[in-house]
Amino acid sequence: MIYDALIGPFTEFEFMRRALAAVIALSLAGAPIGVFLMLRRMSLVGDAMAHAILPGAAIGFLLSGLNLFAMTFGGLVAGFAVAILAGVVARSTGLKEDASLATFYLASLALGVTIVSIKGTNIDLLHVLFGNILAMDDQTLLVVAFNATVTLLVLAVIFRPLVIESVDPLFLRAVSRAGGPAHLAFLALVVINLVNGFQALGTLLAVGLMIMPAGIARFWSRDLTAMICIAVIAAAVSGYAGLVLSFQTRVPSGPAIILVATVFYVISVLFGRVGGLVRQMFPGRHLEA
Amino acid sequence: MAAQVEFHNVTLGYDRHPAVHHLKGEVASGALVAVIGPNGAGKSTLLRGIVGIVKPLAGAIHLGGLDARDIAYLPQSAEIDRSFPISVFDFISTGLWRATSLFGGIGKAARKKILDAIAAVGLSGFENRPIETLSGGQMQRVLFARVLLQDARLIVLDEPFNAIDSKTTTDLLALVKRWHGEGRTVLAALHDLEMVRNHFAETLVLARGPVAWGPTAEVLTPENLMVAMRMCEAFDDSAAACADDGHSQAA
Repeated sequence: MIYDALIGPFTEFEFMRRALAAVIALSLAGAPIGVFLMLRRMSLVGDAMAHAILPGAAIGFLLSGLNLFAMTFGGLVAGFAVAILAGVVARSTGLKEDASLATFYLASLALGVTIVSIKGTNIDLLHVLFGNILAMDDQTLLVVAFNATVTLLVLAVIFRPLVIESVDPLFLRAVSRAGGPAHLAFLALVVINLVNGFQALGTLLAVGLMIMPAGIARFWSRDLTAMICIAVIAAAVSGYAGLVLSFQTRVPSGPAIILVATVFYVISVLFGRVGGLVRQMFPGRHLEA
Repeated sequence: MAAQVEFHNVTLGYDRHPAVHHLKGEVASGALVAVIGPNGAGKSTLLRGIVGIVKPLAGAIHLGGLDARDIAYLPQSAEIDRSFPISVFDFISTGLWRATSLFGGIGKAARKKILDAIAAVGLSGFENRPIETLSGGQMQRVLFARVLLQDARLIVLDEPFNAIDSKTTTDLLALVKRWHGEGRTVLAALHDLEMVRNHFAETLVLARGPVAWGPTAEVLTPENLMVAMRMCEAFDDSAAACADDGHSQAA
């Protein structure tokens, strides 16, 4: 019974195995990026970027129909363009990055919806907005895995300057010029992972598997490495449980994954070791030192 | 003594408005210089100009052949995101950037250096503490430990003794004197005039432009301090373009 409910779908159906592989790849790469987005107070920037990839995906759709490879490529181009333009405008004019990004992403979103509405149907628009991880083919899975691998490699290269820039940006600017390139590379990784998530969760929820696990991790650790590990595990478990929920109840897969993550988030807010509400209400006896 | 820092009619500022206007002069190698002035006088901007964070609007700053790796900079603690999940040990280890850069590991020797720096500022036992749990004075000690680790010839300190108790101030001031004794050049933005009188031989009084610069006893006069106090903090959006573009006297 338990085997049939929790493991059976993956042994029986290839599309479920592909979906599981995809959410694990998304978790491994996206969750660490989400942790940095949160710590750099860019959570909503990630959300805005998710909307920015829409016109590129829509142009891919316009040219090739529901071809995920074309939509991925288009999304990457649009996302990079918006990220780099917003980053360059912010760094060269002193405008805050979120304000700069807001302008570009709103224009991008309006353009994307216009493009989809010219050719597509409401169903197409729903697919773009909410994704469908269960429809993922081998080629798309390879793209997702490739993007995840690139993300982890690049993150390893920029990890140190990214940490220093997050905690003490003036110090990094005084000792190195790595801060600017590291920031732009980080924005590029955000785009890559949003496009990855877009395949599974659509543009509206793509950022969910990045930010929600990061939010969960914040309630369990004060150590960066531990936070990243917790976020990856939370994302992977949410992905797995969401797929099972979707399979058993016919809830759409993307929202199911995010809803499971939401449950973990609520549990963390209540019972988390670091700042959880219950811990604050019942802290226990004070220590001697 | 050769000059370590030379200001060639330098103007530093933001959006064309000068925060430090037409500063000329030089800091000798091995000097211990206090930079004083009211809030908004341009002290932090000047120090940021020296370390290359703020680019001159006009003129130039020469550092006697030093590059960024020979300079240690202690920013105001308000600039640091104390909520970031990083331990005291890891934070201080960033002072080894010159040696580690992107990929360099922290071996036994480097680890010992970090632990020595932590001990030197009296924070042994705090290695694994997240920086968000430290008091203001403890965080200031952490910043000094990182400067120690940088082992730089030029040390630039932006309000290093703000909001800390007298014991911490005494301990950290001893470190500053030690650096001076080792022949390093030290510039510090300060507000405590008694400390400047007692411990800093040379002082620059700044009020968006230089008011006076020289031996502390000659510079810290009531007249100079009054001039600095009368400084206008606000930028004037309708101001005319400055006739002196700074290039004529730049080296």
